[in-house]
Amino acid sequence: MAIRLNVNGKPVSVDVPANMPLLWVLRDELEQCGTKFGCGAGLCGACTVHQDGVPVRSCVTPVSAVAGKSVTTIEGLSPNATHPLQQAWLEFDVPQCGYCQAGQIMTAAALLEKNPKPTDAEIDAAMDGNLCRCGTYIRIRKAIHRAAELTRAAKTNREE
Amino acid sequence: MNRVDKVSRRGFLGTAIGAGALVLGVQINEAEGATPAWMPSVYLGIEPNGTAVIVAHRSEMGTGIRSVLPMVVADELEADWKKVRVEQAIGDTKYGSQNTDGSCSIRDFYDAMREAGATARLMLEQAAAKKWNVPSAECKGQNHFVVHSKSGKKAAYGELVKVASTLPVPKKADLRLKPESEFRYIGKELPTIDQADHTRGAGKFGIDAKMPGMLYASIERPPVYGAKLRSFDDAAVKGVKGVVRTATIEGFKPPHMFQALGGVAVLADSTWAAAQGRKKLKVEWDLGPNGSFDSAKEKAEILAKIKQPGKVVRNVGDVDKAFAGAGKVHEASYYVPLLSHAPMEPPAAVAEWRDGKVVTYAATQNPQAVQEAVAGAMGIKKEDVTCHVTLLGGGFGRKSKPDYVCEAAMLSKQVGKPVKVVWSREDDIKFDFYHANAGMYMKAALDAKGKPTAWLHRSVFPSIGSTFDASAEYGQEFEMGMGWVDLPYAIPNHRAENGAHKNHVRIGWMRAVAHIYHAFAIHSFVDELAAAANRDRVEYILDLLGPDRNVPIEPVGMKYWNNDQDQTKFPVDTARLKRVVQLVAEKSGWANKKPTKGRALGIAAHRSFLTYVAAVVEVEVDDRGRVTIPRVDIAVDAGQIINPERARSQIEGAAVFGTSLAMMGEITAADGRIVQSNFNNYPVARINEAPKVTHVHLVPSKAPAAGIGEPGVPPIAPAITSAIFAATGKRIRELPIRKTKLV
Ligand code: FES
Ligand code: FES
Repeated sequence: MAIRLNVNGKPVSVDVPANMPLLWVLRDELEQCGTKFGCGAGLCGACTVHQDGVPVRSCVTPVSAVAGKSVTTIEGLSPNATHPLQQAWLEFDVPQCGYCQAGQIMTAAALLEKNPKPTDAEIDAAMDGNLCRCGTYIRIRKAIHRAAELTRAAKTNREE
Repeated sequence: MNRVDKVSRRGFLGTAIGAGALVLGVQINEAEGATPAWMPSVYLGIEPNGTAVIVAHRSEMGTGIRSVLPMVVADELEADWKKVRVEQAIGDTKYGSQNTDGSCSIRDFYDAMREAGATARLMLEQAAAKKWNVPSAECKGQNHFVVHSKSGKKAAYGELVKVASTLPVPKKADLRLKPESEFRYIGKELPTIDQADHTRGAGKFGIDAKMPGMLYASIERPPVYGAKLRSFDDAAVKGVKGVVRTATIEGFKPPHMFQALGGVAVLADSTWAAAQGRKKLKVEWDLGPNGSFDSAKEKAEILAKIKQPGKVVRNVGDVDKAFAGAGKVHEASYYVPLLSHAPMEPPAAVAEWRDGKVVTYAATQNPQAVQEAVAGAMGIKKEDVTCHVTLLGGGFGRKSKPDYVCEAAMLSKQVGKPVKVVWSREDDIKFDFYHANAGMYMKAALDAKGKPTAWLHRSVFPSIGSTFDASAEYGQEFEMGMGWVDLPYAIPNHRAENGAHKNHVRIGWMRAVAHIYHAFAIHSFVDELAAAANRDRVEYILDLLGPDRNVPIEPVGMKYWNNDQDQTKFPVDTARLKRVVQLVAEKSGWANKKPTKGRALGIAAHRSFLTYVAAVVEVEVDDRGRVTIPRVDIAVDAGQIINPERARSQIEGAAVFGTSLAMMGEITAADGRIVQSNFNNYPVARINEAPKVTHVHLVPSKAPAAGIGEPGVPPIAPAITSAIFAATGKRIRELPIRKTKLV
């Protein structure tokens, strides 16, 4: 049975078992490989995407649960990779191997949506489901603060 | 002696380079005594449109090496980095060693890269000289142009390619290497080529590789090391939607090397279908002798063995005599468990068998090992295995061992289609080449000031040698040479002994390897001795290191490994070790931060991979016994640094890796089976468990480049336990720390 959903602003229809996790639908069926597999059990955050703006672990989200919903992956986070987090990530040269970073950025993006000026403790609480075996956490924290700053600056500019 | 040759374009990368490109191959003939002979180390091409194509022959797993080595070539070439395209090399011996391991990429290839760039630049200068009919000494390569300042003439590199490619390759003696003052990229902080992709999810990893028509495999492997398949029933598997078939993979013949473990594979049209099908498999195994392997029993066995004399591997003075006459003696035993690499990207590869040849795309640290292992598994020549190297989602040594690529190739041959193998996290944790568990017994005789007059250190651990020799029971030269037999302290009587021990799982090298357990035991013991003498740790360590000198290391029955480097070029230099201790003490504010209840600093200093590192870790232990790490300071003397920014990031990462293994990492077996399965029971440090801040202090140095990927790891665990002792009075002699109740 075909399941319809919207991925990065485009309607798609997939014919897969209803219990197939969104992660594998994205990766194997839709060729959106920016979303990564790390544990398959909701333990590492590598597979984080947004479902209607809320961060979810796509490895434990059956595709049937997102039928008719909107999913955003790292590929669709911003046009031309211009999200303040993406800019801040480059400014602080955050990635090492890079594998976990899509998940980190997606979790951080959802945090900034809810909380435009997070404290260190709030960042840690939001990000503690995202593992980075390379150990880029210090830079992740700095880059989130920076992205928050960039977002606020952009907003002030718009309002002026 | 180095030699630079022109090579045929066909041999270059196997990919298209514009016609008329100037292609250089640099071959280095390694110093006497080093392993391979003529090693082509780099290929560099310049296309007629001026694009410089620089080959990255080492694997990218987060160190930045596939950008940084090409930057060295580009610097000497006087290339404009914007006109450089980096191409990842396939596996081929003509590049020299591609085993991206041992923190040696810069150390082994810096000179060769500079020569490659300088050779090309000289030939372009000569081509311009010919064109303008002026002496070539008056022509100078500058940012992708050759300029003749006297006449003001200027020609783009691309325009000169045709003439340059007709010129003889200059001799090394004629090269003019740039002075440091003219470096464009070396020592600078240029961003690496992959960063932007990583922020967009565009990096291509092994798990992302695809081949047309491929099937996805999920493999049920023998649950116990050396177990054999007795029978299986796949009746229920075939009913799973998407499953195409099952196939068996033959188990390894000892020694296991990098062979596939064997098992039963389910092949399907998606990753998910293959995994679902695998759950329906019924498999019977003959467990064999390791079916009763139990980590608790093995630990007791190892702790008993270290109380017995072992094979003497280093002997200075007369330890027995010194102990006999000693006033005060201190002794302690330490234990470190098995560990798993757990890179965020599990092992992954896709391979196709066709017409007696294999093509694979793999997340591998060592494409030549892939060629060899796959060739061995398939009974073909290694030249008939083409290994494309993807980005690696972490490696840490796991991806130097290409058993997973063998699996993909073996399955492809059976099913007649390309096959993709991606290990689940459970597969990764349960079937790793584990970092060795180790027991260490330490004993010191002490003088009136509490300084050792004699030092005995016994270690017992399953050796990585068992990978290549099933009967191996003693440590290999390189395992002993990792921070153990090369103890640098000024102690007149010193003996190291190694007891025999067999492996019961696959043992493999993991980031910093045997340094991890040796450093933990040695520096913990130093901390105990300093505490017993009631002396300041920094002052005690400096005293122990003694006068500034190069310590000659002469182990018993083997040569000193020293990362295969000569001790004259890379000595064990106490002055450099003392320098990082002093630097880290100063930067961390050691002298002014006296321990308070529940909050204190700890320190450890260790030389590994020819690099000198001292770490000060600040810990906080709350009234529930929970440990946090507000701050780490690490001073590093790694010799010359090519990209300080990436060097710092490696050291920051090492502090987290070291924290994970110190605080929480532990793999155990019961009934021969690995107990842990995923990040819930094999945790690694999360953002709130990792050091909150890590300050990296790089020592400016003109010494030859040593290594940066691993040396940050070893001092972290003993520095943490040293700090915990200072904060709580609790002495921790076994990792991980979470096993010890602190309140
Ligand atoms: S892969 Fe989904 S949380 Fe790890
Ligand atoms: S950058 Fe490698 S796992 Fe995070």
